[in-house]
Amino acid sequence: MTQEEFRRQEAELDDLYRDIILDHYRHPRHRGHLDSPSATHEGLNPLCGDEVTVEVKVDGNRLAGIAYTGSGCSISQSSASMMTEAVEGKPVAQARRLIDAFTAMMRGDDEAAEELGDLEALSGVRQFPVRIKCATLAWHTLDEALNEAGV
Amino acid sequence: MTLDVAQIRRDFPILQRQVHGKPLVYLDNAATSQKPRQVIDALVRYYETTNANIHRAVHTLGEEATAEYEEAREKVRRFINAPTTESVIFTRNTTESINLVAYSWGRANIREGDEILLTQMEHHSNLIPWQLLAREKGATVRYVPVAADGTLELNGFENLFDARTKMMALPHVSNSLGTINPVERIAAEARRHGVMLLIDGAQGAPHLPVDVHAIGADFYAFSSHKMLGPTGVGVLYGRKELLEEMEPFLGGGEMIRKVTFEGATWNDLPWKFEAGTPNIADVIAFGAAIDYLEALGMENVRAHEAELTAYALDRMAAIPDITLYGPTDIDQRGGVVSFNFPDLHPHDIGTVLDQYGVAIRSGHHCTQPLWRCLGVSGSARASFYVYNTPGEVDALVDAVKAARSYFAER
Repeated sequence: MTQEEFRRQEAELDDLYRDIILDHYRHPRHRGHLDSPSATHEGLNPLCGDEVTVEVKVDGNRLAGIAYTGSGCSISQSSASMMTEAVEGKPVAQARRLIDAFTAMMRGDDEAAEELGDLEALSGVRQFPVRIKCATLAWHTLDEALNEAGV
Repeated sequence: MTLDVAQIRRDFPILQRQVHGKPLVYLDNAATSQKPRQVIDALVRYYETTNANIHRAVHTLGEEATAEYEEAREKVRRFINAPTTESVIFTRNTTESINLVAYSWGRANIREGDEILLTQMEHHSNLIPWQLLAREKGATVRYVPVAADGTLELNGFENLFDARTKMMALPHVSNSLGTINPVERIAAEARRHGVMLLIDGAQGAPHLPVDVHAIGADFYAFSSHKMLGPTGVGVLYGRKELLEEMEPFLGGGEMIRKVTFEGATWNDLPWKFEAGTPNIADVIAFGAAIDYLEALGMENVRAHEAELTAYALDRMAAIPDITLYGPTDIDQRGGVVSFNFPDLHPHDIGTVLDQYGVAIRSGHHCTQPLWRCLGVSGSARASFYVYNTPGEVDALVDAVKAARSYFAER
């Protein structure tokens, strides 16, 4: 394979693996545990074996703390990392709106992507349909964790 | 090369296609094989000239379709050297074949306190039916451990079975590790201890010469679609004496002799186990797949895959940080190469390789408990067949290296 061909294949891959995604994969944020979480939920993709466990600490109507652990592909883990940055410290209602917007974006809603900031980088995953569930795993898991926290 | 691969490749139309602008390198044969023109033509010819239901009609089409369907059964019988076609039952797939045995033989013979012996390398299809049976009957399931080299820990066959062991089921070849298990030896031990033996041949029959009589298996199950044939056809070989004693699996048309409002009597073997209209067209096309494999010669198929696997293991082992699974002794190794990297997930490898036209499988390959034993969630897996070439192994290695460099810190 020539160098040029090599770069062309890599350019297509760059749509999926944007720099910010690889950065979160290599340097995950909020990876670990909270001292006294309000709720913990484990999410699992039975088909590919991706695992993400989300811990939340709710203070009144605010998502005061969030952490995650897990194992899986770069998309599942960086999506979890990016999610924690986006929702930490936000009002619970806003976190819920972000969950809705993110899942809408992954279903193909480009308008929803506009309010997502850096998270828009994950929209490239839509070109790889089998990987969409990797990207949404952490978000569904957060949704469940918030339900369990009773907010 | 043992096979004329260039000639073989011309028979497979799909190998002409491109994926992401690159020639398709199809290395997911353990999942399903591609189909030669001869098999595709057999399907089309059947529907264009012969289509009819079988074992019913007195018209010409019905008679021809029945003859071709039963001719395919004879081809399968010869292919695995079964003593009689009464022992060859067509099912939907390997999974259904195993479920048939677990249901019809298992429910009549497994009792509370009995033990079913499996291995840690079981495909879920040879695991769940036995777990269901054990739960229903109050039986236990024990697993032969897998050693670090990917072979079964048989400990010289001492104490393989205990007094409670009624049934053993294991794969002929592991779909995740490529291990070829010593099934003849295990069958001899099972016979000596009066233990019933089922061999999951899903990765055996497509790749190795299989002689069920010489192996001495009580049951041997495999699928058409992994050996050049269509999807939707499986085979269960069973010893005739066992099949005769067993109750039917599914009830309906075809499997009966006489039906009244009070009850029914069963058809002869093998039709007792083939309720309803079977997958006639695909069974007939499966016959064409067997013709194709027999023309190549299964010894040659095996030799070709062994050469490719040895070459692949050699080249892959030279990639830094790679973990390769399964036996290194090529005599104990089928054409499956599972691998991992410490910092690269199998799905990311699979996506990058696809971008280079290389189709492999990533994940747990339906052997979740095995991977848990090995301390990972799954692997990337390349698997070979008759049309694969050393050049395609090179393409695999190049693409794996590209994946490594793509994910390396930049």
